[in-house]
Amino acid sequence: MSEYKAVPLIEMTGVSKSYWMAREKTTVLHQVSLRVAQGEFLAIVGPSGSGKSTLMNMIGCLDTPSEGSYKLEGAEVAGQSDNKLTELRNKKIGFIFQGYHLLPRLTALENCELPLIYRGLSGKERRRRAMEALERVGLGERMSHRPSELSGGQQQRVAIARALATNPPLLLADEPTGALDSKTGMEVLGMMEELNRAGQTIVLITHDMEVAQRAGRTVVIRDGVLSEQERRGGDEADARAQDGVHERVVQQA
Amino acid sequence: MKLTQGLRMAFMSVLSNKLRTVLSMLGILIGVATVIALVAMGRASSNEVAEQVSALGSPNSLQINITGRGTVTTLSVEEATELGDVANVAGVAPITSTNAYAKYGKTQVSVTVEGITPSYEAVKDFPVQDGRYLAAPDLTGNTKAALIGVDTAADLFEEEGEDPLAAVGKKITINGYNFTIVGLLESQGSSLAGSNDEKILIPITTAQKIFQIGGVSTINLMVEDIDLMDATVAGAEAVLYEKFRGNENAYRVFNQEEAMETLSSVNETMNRQLIYVAIISLIVGGIGIMNIMLVSVTERTREIGIRKSLGAKKRDILFQFLVEAVCISGLGGAFGIGLGYAASFIIGAVMQSETEVPGNTVLLAFAFSALVGVVFGYLPANKAASLRPVDALRHD
Repeated sequence: MSEYKAVPLIEMTGVSKSYWMAREKTTVLHQVSLRVAQGEFLAIVGPSGSGKSTLMNMIGCLDTPSEGSYKLEGAEVAGQSDNKLTELRNKKIGFIFQGYHLLPRLTALENCELPLIYRGLSGKERRRRAMEALERVGLGERMSHRPSELSGGQQQRVAIARALATNPPLLLADEPTGALDSKTGMEVLGMMEELNRAGQTIVLITHDMEVAQRAGRTVVIRDGVLSEQERRGGDEADARAQDGVHERVVQQA
Repeated sequence: MKLTQGLRMAFMSVLSNKLRTVLSMLGILIGVATVIALVAMGRASSNEVAEQVSALGSPNSLQINITGRGTVTTLSVEEATELGDVANVAGVAPITSTNAYAKYGKTQVSVTVEGITPSYEAVKDFPVQDGRYLAAPDLTGNTKAALIGVDTAADLFEEEGEDPLAAVGKKITINGYNFTIVGLLESQGSSLAGSNDEKILIPITTAQKIFQIGGVSTINLMVEDIDLMDATVAGAEAVLYEKFRGNENAYRVFNQEEAMETLSSVNETMNRQLIYVAIISLIVGGIGIMNIMLVSVTERTREIGIRKSLGAKKRDILFQFLVEAVCISGLGGAFGIGLGYAASFIIGAVMQSETEVPGNTVLLAFAFSALVGVVFGYLPANKAASLRPVDALRHD
């Protein structure tokens, strides 16, 4: 049991990513190593062009590293087939995008059902889970609204509900407050903190230091190189987070 | 992803963008409607041809025309009757044919007078509706008895204010010779060769005598087994070749089936060409669908990216777009069938011909339109499925 918990959710070692552009090799990520324990709330901060989107794609299994190893819940991601990556995304990751990325023709409920459809769940089960997720983000009353009938904050909450509906081990948020005014942005962040307190592992990608402050741990990426910031005792922080998980498990049991 | 869910998703997408769907299905719709209307029209014209050909005589009859070229120009009744010895021939009806004037009271009409033998009734399947037929004693006695066709009877007697159906027993003159009408023929309708009801039939011996003709002009044969038609034709030709001393121009064997085949092959060739045109229009319709689907893929790149990031596999996206294309073409096909039926009905009413929509054509047209959807939907669907989620998400 304790051995299982010792497995970090994300374990990246020496990950590089380079692209070929006009016959020239451009390296976007340089030997990035990152560990995220279960139950952590990590912020990745970096200015635009720093490679943070590439890193996010990598963490989100939307892209695979050119070099190095990436283990998600102990399973190697590097070198997997497209289909396998798709399956990993569906099962392990809940995405929250800056532009919400909701399908405009579907209602809030249908949007939340979408990842469950691809998982192959029955209609009844999908509906139950999607409704539960929407209620969790406080949108139980607006399930049959289309995205165009919802405010920006509400749309982002639908996106969060969609990410939560699959019950993923990892919530991956890319500039979740980027398109929101500061008040709604703070509300959304508050909701994420709450989720984290309930045991949800969250990785947040942002360029905003202020937003990053809300996370338990912050790493900075600059020119494709990752560095820890405000190191609260490195391993100690990991250990604490793991204790948190342990406590939760005990509570649940 | 489950199959039914995928179908539902694609169907909703097709329904949610009605204008796009209608515009892209238009090509298929018109194509399918054209196929059905053309086939219906083709059926109508081939039905007409079949009707006309069958009016020439029953399909088991053979006609030999004596053209009278060469050294031996005529064939006597006895020689003609010898054709009955050819294998598979069930009956022989030699005929002499002349144009003459028939007169009743003050009314005179020009009419075809045929000299016949009693076997005419069976071979030509041409019985009387009133009175009696010509019999053997009429031939041996050269009696001046006549059978009259319904149209000629009408022409002769209506003018004189008498009932043409009561023609039996009346006396008429043919080229000045007195004849008694002993029978009224049944109506046969008209054929490619003209009306069958405008004629007078008299004993062949009488005809030879009063018109001073030696031989017969036409011989009708009845064939026992229709499948052996070709062999019978060859047998009859061999006899005739002998009689006319190798002059093949002196006679012509006219085969009912052959005539039918010739006429319907002309018809079929035309129909086939029309259907090629229709198939081309279906293919053009398919290209229309492909265009719209390709535009749709570009337009929905982000949607595809979102779906992929949420766990839609390559085959899920491929399936969705393929089903959408098949939905559009299938709907187009279904509406096209409806329109085709309506068109064939209207064409039938306007052209006063019996249009007919064969069931297998409908099925074929529908299957083809669905196939067009699959074939022309594959390229766009594959394009959508191959998009990388990272690129697709970044697309605006």
